[in-house]
Amino acid sequence: MCLAIPGKLIEIYEEAGMKMGRIDYGGTVNRACLEYVPEIEAGQYTVVHAGFAIAIIDEEEAARSFEAWREYSDAAAREGGDVYGNHLDEDGD
Amino acid sequence: MKFLSEYRDPKTARLMLAEIRRITTRPWVIMEVCGGQTHAIVRSGIDQVLPKEISLVHGPGCPVCVTPIETIDRAIEIARRPEVIFCSFGDMLRVPGSDKDLLTARSAGADLRMVYSPLEALEIARDNPDRQVVFFAIGFETTAPGNAMAVLQAEKQGLENFSELVCHVLVPPAITALLSSGDNLVNGYLAAGNVCTVTGLSEYEEIAGKYRVPIVATGLEPNDIMEGILMVVRQLEEGRAEVENQYVRSVRYHGNVKAREAVAEVFEVTDQKWRGIGELPASGLRIRNRFKDYDAARRFAVCDLDVNEPEVCISGTILKGLKKPDQCPAFGTECRPEHPLGATMVSSEGACSAYYKYKPLR
Repeated sequence: MCLAIPGKLIEIYEEAGMKMGRIDYGGTVNRACLEYVPEIEAGQYTVVHAGFAIAIIDEEEAARSFEAWREYSDAAAREGGDVYGNHLDEDGD
Repeated sequence: MKFLSEYRDPKTARLMLAEIRRITTRPWVIMEVCGGQTHAIVRSGIDQVLPKEISLVHGPGCPVCVTPIETIDRAIEIARRPEVIFCSFGDMLRVPGSDKDLLTARSAGADLRMVYSPLEALEIARDNPDRQVVFFAIGFETTAPGNAMAVLQAEKQGLENFSELVCHVLVPPAITALLSSGDNLVNGYLAAGNVCTVTGLSEYEEIAGKYRVPIVATGLEPNDIMEGILMVVRQLEEGRAEVENQYVRSVRYHGNVKAREAVAEVFEVTDQKWRGIGELPASGLRIRNRFKDYDAARRFAVCDLDVNEPEVCISGTILKGLKKPDQCPAFGTECRPEHPLGATMVSSEGACSAYYKYKPLR
């Protein structure tokens, strides 16, 4: 039930007076109610929970996270290895 | 897949793991509250690669698992009525009641339909005006907006044959109860990212301040969880106890305000019994009086039920994070997914089912 995964909104339509959308989850398309994310636009990613979109994925925040993750590699490199005792090269291998 | 594969990349996980290892100087116990996180942790083996100082314990964040046995029995009683079409998420069908589950009731003739969303139950009500359609509205703060919308739509569309059997539970009172109990061992929490997406973070700030525990709103993918653990450990090592947000792509400080407003319009906070834990004050939701016509518990009077929990099942202590599934004498023997003694073995978010499913990989 709480295994909400992100999907891409590909179409917006109306059903029974509600804003609805078709969501593409990497090839599987399902519908979701968009009443709780009224500002969403086609092409944006959303978190859907039991048939309701509850959030629009913030792509800028996601990009900032990825940037922060890259900084961990510098810290790990200062230590010289990973948890298995292996040397970490630039790719983290 | 965008916004999925990035959060499952093992290279990133190893880098964060190295950072956790670098900063950890003392033993810490961290609880992940959400059952979806529990499954991701056990499936990806995060608990096995963390430094030995870090213990992860699994929390009560599986709504199927904490739905009280009386509610399951009540659902079965309502589903058995000939005029009723009973609609439920699939997870609930095999949760053991006192002497049977909903699936058994279906094989005995109950008209039971598995739905993915409460809106599907509304459609069934529209298509069957001569039948009573009851939706089993369970869950944490994440499913409450959908269940509220179904009631609002039923009213708007004049669907008098639709009602909900409600069993909604709230996360912050459960964390508070665990922290207040004398046997609390937990130093920091990974809060459930999707719950926080709806509710926001303010309630957690009160808890972090009062009990001096770090709480990090965390997503459900392996690298989300690894980063959430890193953020909790960093706070613990630095002596901080704050609310932080790892799941920034989805969680905003005030949550989803529109969803919260709909929930507040339809539901009100009430005391709630949690299976395996007991009654917790102000830890659930019930339908407000104004919408009482949509409350299946009021529409279908069910007499008091004698409930019967299997004595051997330790799911209560598992839900409190005091024991792990493989410490149960019935785990994998008397209790298996095809013959569950407790709800934690049934649900796709239950800790016992996660251990059973991924045990061969461990």
